Amino acid sequence: MQVRDKVVEIIAEQALMEPGDVRMDMTLADLGIDSLGLVESIFAIEEAFDISVPFNANDPADSEFDISSVRTMVAAVEKLVREQTDA
Amino acid sequence: MSGLKRVVITGAGTINALAHDVPGTFEAMREGRCGIGPLDFRDVDRLAIRIGGQVRGYDEHAHFNRQQIALYDRFTQYTLLAAREAIGQSGLSFAGELAARSGVVLGTAGGGVTTWDENYRSVYEEGKNRVHPFVVPKLMNNAATSHVSMEWNLKGPSFTVATACSSSNHAMGQAFWLIRSGACTAMVTGGSESMMCFGGVKAWEGLRVMSKDACRPFSLRRNGMVQGEGAGIFVFEEYEHARARGAEILAEVIGFAMTSDAADIVMPSKQGAARAILGAVTDARIDKETVGYINAHGTGTAANDKTECAAVSDAFGAHADTLMISSTKSMHGHLIGGTGAVELLACIMAVRDGVIAPTIGYEEPDPECALDVVPNEAREAKVEVALSNAFAFGGLNAVLALRAA
Repeated sequence: MQVRDKVVEIIAEQALMEPGDVRMDMTLADLGIDSLGLVESIFAIEEAFDISVPFNANDPADSEFDISSVRTMVAAVEKLVREQTDA
Repeated sequence: MSGLKRVVITGAGTINALAHDVPGTFEAMREGRCGIGPLDFRDVDRLAIRIGGQVRGYDEHAHFNRQQIALYDRFTQYTLLAAREAIGQSGLSFAGELAARSGVVLGTAGGGVTTWDENYRSVYEEGKNRVHPFVVPKLMNNAATSHVSMEWNLKGPSFTVATACSSSNHAMGQAFWLIRSGACTAMVTGGSESMMCFGGVKAWEGLRVMSKDACRPFSLRRNGMVQGEGAGIFVFEEYEHARARGAEILAEVIGFAMTSDAADIVMPSKQGAARAILGAVTDARIDKETVGYINAHGTGTAANDKTECAAVSDAFGAHADTLMISSTKSMHGHLIGGTGAVELLACIMAVRDGVIAPTIGYEEPDPECALDVVPNEAREAKVEVALSNAFAFGGLNAVLALRAA
């Protein structure tokens, strides 16, 4: 499974949606995911890919993990997975 | 409302990251000293968060014998040491009618977390099939309360309150009510916490609200809370009883209120906090303009600090810009269930000594926290009434009001 598909699956599960209904331009607000839901999604992503996601709920904007849309989150996870493979 | 008794504080004790007693803690608060540093315990290298307000230079064998250590989790040890200081200062000894009319109400969120942690490690990681016979009496949340009652012969109403970060304030509120109503003469109250172990900090790490570098309440660039540990214990006593025996009165407890947000399991509510603040002022039957200092909940998280400042502004109106509000968590860390108890010391220092403990580590102002947060340096000021805020996960709020004796 592609990184993108797995991330979408995790987000869809949190948003109580079908993965097919999740669009790349959607924001957390569009998806109805609140702060707890986000932290849970990040945990699921870390578990799925065995990576560590740099995210502090106090300052999401300043975290290296860009949560502004599904697309940015997928890109960030892809980068983290790549870095982990390179390491 | 006639017939209500007045309630005063005649003893105080503590052990926390700043000092192992009350005079040392006052001195550290005056100096704006930081007790937060690198964590030191087993497996700390597997944590992402490696700082905390850990009690330093502590040797349990210096205070307790082998049998006691087998029964006392760290949160109980801290409680007993702080209780020894508080009850010693009060000069009370409990026997006969006074013992029957005096009890213990303490707060803790987690109880014997280190005991859970060590024994889970032993059975899961080390594969042992046998645990020490005292695991249960050591870890239970009421262990500290019960050991205080046993050591000082306190035979009245005694129980433990667990409301996460508000536990101590809720506990002290119950003690206040028990004396004010006439049911009790004296109460040992406050709270303690020690989650400074691998599992304790790992659990908090999961929530992603912890700072990796410092607790900077109200600062624009604050990035989370920092855990602390320790205990704060007080002797609350009926005023006439204290006066008759010529006891030194540290401060008077004049009001208490608690509210529930009924909204969210982790996000705070401005309305719930404001209702608790105003409730304490109303309960104290004072003009809100007499409140000169608030010891904030001030966790250093994005959510708490702006919500708390908005609640204070709503509750006090224009007076919010006149009063002082500081978070001593910047110095001793967040003692979770014990935090309100250690923070009550800052309120006593304000009303008794006229010294306002600062919010240290303060950098850039946050427009959403635009109150007088007493940045970085303690201040001398005459304060008539001080409030102590506590707003817990689960939306459970508890605010106490103190007045100079």
